[in-house]
Amino acid sequence: MRIRRRRDTAPAVRSRLSAGDLARESLAGILQRPGRSALTMLGTVLGIGTFVVVLGLSETANGQISKNFNALLATQVTVTDTGAANATTPTLDFPSDASVAADRINGVIAAGVWWQVLLGSATAAQVSNLPGDDAPAGVNLPVYAADPGALRASQPSLANGVLFNAFDQAEREPVAVLSAAAAAQLGVLGAASQPTVFIAGQAFTVVGIIRSDSRLPQFGLGLIVPASTALADWGLPQPAQPAQMIIRTRVGAAQVVARQAAVAIRPDDPGLLSAAAPAAPTTLRNAVAASLRTLLLSLAAVAVIVGALGIANTSLVAIMERTAEIGLRRALGARPGHIAAQFLTESAVLGLGGGVIGTGAGVVITLAVTVAERWTAILEPTVVLLALPAGAVVGLVAGLYPALRASSIEPAEALRR
Amino acid sequence: MSSPGEPLVVLDAVTFRYPGPPPVLAVRWATLRVSAGEHVALTGASGSGKSTLLNLMGLLDRPTAGRVLFDGADLSAAPEPDRAAVRACRVGFVFQSFHLLPNRTAAENVMLGQVYAGVPRARRIDLAMHALDRVGLAARAWALPSQLSGGERQRVAVARAVVNRPWLLLCDEPTGNLDSAATAQLLGLFDELHADGIAVVVVTHNPAVSGRAERRVSMRDGVLTDASGGDLGADPQAS
Repeated sequence: MRIRRRRDTAPAVRSRLSAGDLARESLAGILQRPGRSALTMLGTVLGIGTFVVVLGLSETANGQISKNFNALLATQVTVTDTGAANATTPTLDFPSDASVAADRINGVIAAGVWWQVLLGSATAAQVSNLPGDDAPAGVNLPVYAADPGALRASQPSLANGVLFNAFDQAEREPVAVLSAAAAAQLGVLGAASQPTVFIAGQAFTVVGIIRSDSRLPQFGLGLIVPASTALADWGLPQPAQPAQMIIRTRVGAAQVVARQAAVAIRPDDPGLLSAAAPAAPTTLRNAVAASLRTLLLSLAAVAVIVGALGIANTSLVAIMERTAEIGLRRALGARPGHIAAQFLTESAVLGLGGGVIGTGAGVVITLAVTVAERWTAILEPTVVLLALPAGAVVGLVAGLYPALRASSIEPAEALRR
Repeated sequence: MSSPGEPLVVLDAVTFRYPGPPPVLAVRWATLRVSAGEHVALTGASGSGKSTLLNLMGLLDRPTAGRVLFDGADLSAAPEPDRAAVRACRVGFVFQSFHLLPNRTAAENVMLGQVYAGVPRARRIDLAMHALDRVGLAARAWALPSQLSGGERQRVAVARAVVNRPWLLLCDEPTGNLDSAATAQLLGLFDELHADGIAVVVVTHNPAVSGRAERRVSMRDGVLTDASGGDLGADPQAS
């Protein structure tokens, strides 16, 4: 064979690496050590997967939080007796028809006044199931005064018996509703036989026992007596435990009711009362969701950084192992830029692969959790679409330093190794 | 390109120092002219600077001082893309340890030599098969290096080195890992390439290899001496 030579000078020729060759050489480099490539990809899989799961679950949880807030807080208004705050003697700034006045506000379902009864300075009263001074020492239990409207508004869960009613309130009947905890302590097994308990020596007939109260959980710890009876027996509420009104509203009406309550109840001096509007559900929900998302995104960012460091570390090790190959490629005419491009492409492809697998795994995990919890899965399509190239970007950034290291290796030195 | 007999590669008062630590002066004030189509053997003791001199000729290293001219162009301080282009299209390398990629077949290893030379993909397999046929390995084109003997691997490396029809073939101890039969076969191949007009420079300890060269140049402690009394090329400007 005769070699035909062109008559050009040395620099007239060019060293080149086409896009197709770059892709093929990079793919071959990845497949050269499939196990290590898979492990390298795992870092991105975990990082991107965590990102997708975090965003998916936080969006889904957002919807759940909204439901819960709508069900409870968004339908409740609390009116406090601010006039009592500056008082030194027992005070009650709610008029006797306060519940009726509140009931007239559009959107109110039920409303009533309640307070904790203080006998002397003690927050708990001596309660016994036996009369007289000779009775053994009773138990200390908190006693609450409430009008029937307060019980209708707070909706305690009734274990047995009944709640006292408007008649009991009007007639100042000595009746009491026990919490299940108080009943257990007093040895009261049920309300059917209408047992009697003694509060500071005064007899009260137990008409009902409640399990719990989700709106006024303190009712689940003691005894509740009609407000009128408490006023007659123990006087006005102490300044330390001023009266409050609980108002249950229809969904969406709480904000409006809160603005109108003070004027409706005390048109003569609304400044004595203060209606606490519940946090706007959307604001509260967004605040909670934002906090949750920030926390989880921080964790996901850490996972991505760890993944990127994994790629960078493995790439650096790979470059050390492939030093002779780098030397050979340089001897065959590769420029430093060609070497950098190849290693960068390998990192980007590994990152992209990790992004694709991580996104798929993230979507599956998000769906699995929401199905298990019977939630409605909410996943932004943009999250999924952005997660895919994000993997490639992570790979590119992580591969930058190793690629520059590879391109700076001197060919003769590489071939000597 | 230079016509036969005209200088192809010229080392002009070249010095090369490895930075170390400790720094080592591997080549001292070396002046050498290799003409187009010439067959030169570079001999000397281990550590005398032969391989370093070969790397300088092949533009794998830059001289600390002096000039390296290829086909009349001073490339010692040229931009790396220019030097890489010459390596890709004008120079072929054969190494003692073959430097074949282990997970690629013989044909794929040969085609790697065409990637950076810009050979169109459609032509690569034909040229690679032609080069393998030339070294007598067409039938083993799809074997992996691990399935080849040492002599066959070195012939694949030669096929890769010549597939782009270089002007200069640089061989660093090409028979160092071969038995005598494989060595004889390889030397016959070098003779053929030389006959085709390719300049061949072989670094070797083996007298049988250096004996086939037209000119023998030896090195000692980084200094060139002309073992066969030929032209060391003291006047590169003449090129």
